[in-house]
Amino acid sequence: MRRLEPLLAPAVFVAMVAALWFIFMVVPTERQMGIVQRIFYFHVASAWLAYAGFFTVAGASAVYLWKGSAAADRAALAGAEIGVLFCTFVVVTGPIWARPIWGVWWTWDPRLTMTLILWAIYAGYLMLRAFGGDDEAVARYAAVLGIVGVLDIPVIRVSVRLLHGIHPNVLNQPQGSGLSDPTMRLALLVASVAMLLLGGWLAMVRMRQERLSSELAALRRLAEERA
Amino acid sequence: MRAALAILRKDLRIEWRTKESLSSLIVLGVLLLVALAVAYDPTPETAPTLAPAVLWATFVFTGLLGIQRGFLVERENDCLAGLLGAPIDPASIFAGKLAANLVLLSAMQAIVVPLVGLFLHVDLAASFGGLLVVLLLGNLGFAALATLFAAIAVRTRAREVLLPVLLLPLLVPVLIGAVKATEHVIAGGLAGARDALGVLGAFDVIFTVAGWLLFTYVVRD
Amino acid sequence: MTAPPLRAQKLVRRFGGVAVLAGVDLVVEAGELVVLLGANGAGKTTLLRVLATLLRPSDGRLELFGLDAGLRAPATLRRVGYVGHESACYPDLTGAENLAFYAGLYDVPDAATRVAELLTWAGLDGAARRPVRVYSRGMQQRLALARAMLHAPDLLILDEPFSGLDPAAQTALDDRLLALRTSGHAIVLSTHDVARAAPLATRTVVLQGGRIVWNGAGAADPVVLARTYDDLTRGRA
Repeated sequence: MRRLEPLLAPAVFVAMVAALWFIFMVVPTERQMGIVQRIFYFHVASAWLAYAGFFTVAGASAVYLWKGSAAADRAALAGAEIGVLFCTFVVVTGPIWARPIWGVWWTWDPRLTMTLILWAIYAGYLMLRAFGGDDEAVARYAAVLGIVGVLDIPVIRVSVRLLHGIHPNVLNQPQGSGLSDPTMRLALLVASVAMLLLGGWLAMVRMRQERLSSELAALRRLAEERA
Repeated sequence: MRAALAILRKDLRIEWRTKESLSSLIVLGVLLLVALAVAYDPTPETAPTLAPAVLWATFVFTGLLGIQRGFLVERENDCLAGLLGAPIDPASIFAGKLAANLVLLSAMQAIVVPLVGLFLHVDLAASFGGLLVVLLLGNLGFAALATLFAAIAVRTRAREVLLPVLLLPLLVPVLIGAVKATEHVIAGGLAGARDALGVLGAFDVIFTVAGWLLFTYVVRD
Repeated sequence: MTAPPLRAQKLVRRFGGVAVLAGVDLVVEAGELVVLLGANGAGKTTLLRVLATLLRPSDGRLELFGLDAGLRAPATLRRVGYVGHESACYPDLTGAENLAFYAGLYDVPDAATRVAELLTWAGLDGAARRPVRVYSRGMQQRLALARAMLHAPDLLILDEPFSGLDPAAQTALDDRLLALRTSGHAIVLSTHDVARAAPLATRTVVLQGGRIVWNGAGAADPVVLARTYDDLTRGRA
């Protein structure tokens, strides 16, 4: 895993440049929505990354509770930070896209509501980590939250559908705002890969930083004891 | 299960003796209700849509407070150590506390629900049966998660802030489901509330089980 | 050969990276009364809580009556009694109600009689119907001891049990501990009152820097013990 890291940074760079090139040079302008539609590719890719982050939190949390592995705890933290980061991106790019097309910055349609709630849950996770205190039990509490959060996702999804929505269902609906042009699908793929590499790289860096940080603290304590 | 019952009885006895949580819940609930009713000044047309939201907003906010206090009881005199040293499954502590919280919530609702009917001019008596079902399902889901997280929050630093911050987004399905179901029940009866009740039921099952399984990780140091 | 009530091997307990216990080995047999000494902050309370299964060790192994303590088997927990710095009794319940509650949790046979018996031993007959909130420190301590002995545990773990007790109560505790020791129970207790503990002890153990640095077998000479303890608290390297 560690050997992969130095390769990732240049890979991310290349993928991002490729994605940007695709999005702005290759893909044609969408008929109905115009230029602003180009935000769609990073928007959707980010959403997938956010989910990936949240599922990572749940998996790492479960491993942590079961095995007590510090690496799992670090993975959960990194996953949450990446998840919140990309979720923020989704929630910010969404309105930018929506305003010219729907005429409003925000609506309470199912998908938007869900994304906002998810953001709140994992922002809460980060708050628990930050303000939970110095007790090392906080890692355990966060793990419980991580698991509960992921269990809630399907229920939230169903419950927000009880309210009605107007989110353009780009990938499923055959009529109107679908991805007609194959280059669009390719652009989405490239953007997704770029985002995935970015997220993975950030997570690795974060995990390494966290590990070094605790090693440093341990060494510092050792030095104090010996002094 | 016997341990859970013993803990339930113990908590109810303590509450009965001090009446601290119950009285503050009821007072706070009524105050909140009055504030909302006055602010919205409902008419007969708006009241049926307003009442469910007012009901559940009140229950959630006061409920969070009451459930939090339930764990402060165990912190005094290190009583939790007494429970953990005993030959009982830590999950029984969860079950006992959950049951006690349900009783507390129901007692508070017994006062607030009729008052909502009174202040907002909504005839709740007509839909009493349906309302009871919604209350039972809603309370269980709310209390299951709240009990689990109150156990966490009470042992952290920013506990008053942390509990609502963590719980409110997680509780969205309960809020949506309960409010929608209450709306349907007031308007026509249980039939229309089927989807909403389904959501509540699923939430209840998932998080009662999750709470049961995860509680031991919260309390076991 | 039956397993000893307590066998601890290389117990480590870290808090936020700091090892409060750094490898504790201890075996306690039936009929032993082990006195645990150590300066404030040496980790006595942490060690006793780990031994009582209230804290999980970060490393090492603890066996109670032959079973891994981490399993928290009801049969094991039923045989252990613990009193910490706080009474673990609900302030808004009466003394009698607290004991009745714990009797229920431990499934104590003939609970009512047992509760009454221990209330009398603790000298709390008069106060039994008053809420614990109004009890003095000494009364709370006596109630806590009663609570720990309610289920007749084979292993008693006591953290500074004599603190807060007046001379009469201390004598009552002395007698009880001696009786338990002679009848084959195992006791581990920590104390600062070396003079009081010396005649009771079958063994003395000193905790320093998260490790056991002295394990003195046999009944302790109060003078030697006091001197050792004195050295310790003065910060002998």
